[in-house]
Amino acid sequence: MSKKTPFYQSHLDASAKMVDFAGWDMPIHYGSQITEHDIIRTDAGMFDVSHMTVVDVSGADSGAYLRHLLANDIAKLKQHGKALYSCMLNTEGGVVDDLIVYFLGDQFYRVIINSATRDKDLAWLKRQADDFSDVGLTVRDDVAMIAVQGPTAREKTLSLFESNRSELESVGRFEAATIGDYFIARTGYTGEDGFEILMPLDQAVGFWQQLLKAGVKPCGLGARDTLRLEAGMSLYGTDMDESTSPLCSGLGWTLSISDDRHFIGKSALLAEKEQGVKQQLVGIVLKDKGVLRNHLKVVTVKGEGEITSGSYSPTLGKSIALARIPVGVTGEVDVEVRNKMLKAEIVKIPFARNGKSCI
Amino acid sequence: MSNVPSELKFLSSHEWLSVDGDIATIGVSDHAQELLGDLVFVELPEEGSTVLIGDTVAVIESVKAASDTYAPISGEVVEVNSELEDSPEKINDDPYGDGWMYKVKIDDPSEVADMLDASAYAEIIAEEE
Repeated sequence: MSKKTPFYQSHLDASAKMVDFAGWDMPIHYGSQITEHDIIRTDAGMFDVSHMTVVDVSGADSGAYLRHLLANDIAKLKQHGKALYSCMLNTEGGVVDDLIVYFLGDQFYRVIINSATRDKDLAWLKRQADDFSDVGLTVRDDVAMIAVQGPTAREKTLSLFESNRSELESVGRFEAATIGDYFIARTGYTGEDGFEILMPLDQAVGFWQQLLKAGVKPCGLGARDTLRLEAGMSLYGTDMDESTSPLCSGLGWTLSISDDRHFIGKSALLAEKEQGVKQQLVGIVLKDKGVLRNHLKVVTVKGEGEITSGSYSPTLGKSIALARIPVGVTGEVDVEVRNKMLKAEIVKIPFARNGKSCI
Repeated sequence: MSNVPSELKFLSSHEWLSVDGDIATIGVSDHAQELLGDLVFVELPEEGSTVLIGDTVAVIESVKAASDTYAPISGEVVEVNSELEDSPEKINDDPYGDGWMYKVKIDDPSEVADMLDASAYAEIIAEEE
């Protein structure tokens, strides 16, 4: 029996096509994935992301625990409400999961992790917490989560919080505010401005309906994937996993590695750097006709690689992909599609952001 | 519920075929385009090539996946719908009209007779839906 979010009936009412996603019954689209993609790039749409796992970390050792657990350094978070993207590594430097951590108060952090990795992540979080005397972990299955994204998403969301408008307006990018029962973060996974909002389960459907009335359109996980790919954002389990390090996954920028802080996986990362990183994650755009897909073989002058995420970019009108290929390769590569070699070009990511192509 | 025109023949793999004299026009069903979602690329057979019944002769790709389509009959490809190259969404918008894929000169009419009629195909997709 698959799990259902509080918005299940709302999805059906909006003619959603439902699919299984990591054990959850989730909307893949509500008619047209491309239309939903365009809504987010030009107006405002919302995703039910209640399948994601929210964990609150509290206690006198919570800061020290997260500095041990995460490859990025939460000491960078100076103000309450600030957010940080980080990988959580195993001892070999492979990625257990990627996550966002919010600094919400003295000795209080909120971590949002993926749904497909929930069980192993929670086991890992608990195991590492055993080494600290005062760390409390609370899984927040009492909340639902909606991501409202797009150039008009902020304004449309603000219209639902008139009495706290100025407070919400002052929330900067990668910051969050708590307003009553609502936790409102200016984060997302689309390359557009907007909010990710946590709310109590019993208020979820009412809030969804208010957003609908404000002109925010429901968008499915299909559009979410093409949006994040255009924005050059990694997807856990396809672009990186426990067998790949952030260094060969385009995530070197998320590592805080140069000071004397110890964290899980750091010695493996330092050894990898010492030996020389062998692979890189790059963006490619297909020049020939066709569609790039996950796991297709990429042939370069320095050896073979593989597409980790490939799809069609509605904003560019072309196929785009993230690919893991040997370091040092630039310019053109070949991709093998159904026994034919197609030409593709390495480009700087993101492919598209804030409504526009970056290519 | 998908549209299944009564005058067409079908395969359980969701191709349709219509007959005009000795020429068959082939495409994919409304149910198939619904399952696939927004189409973004179509790879058609070459005009003048010969296809054999059951061959993978065309590939249609939606945002999420590539799907093979099969030749329902054998024969020479006499025309392809080249408009699909720039407008694959015609298959979504009008699968039995502007979204046709290719035309084949019929070698053996019994192959057409062996295909599913509309009511048999409608039963198959009713089970899927």
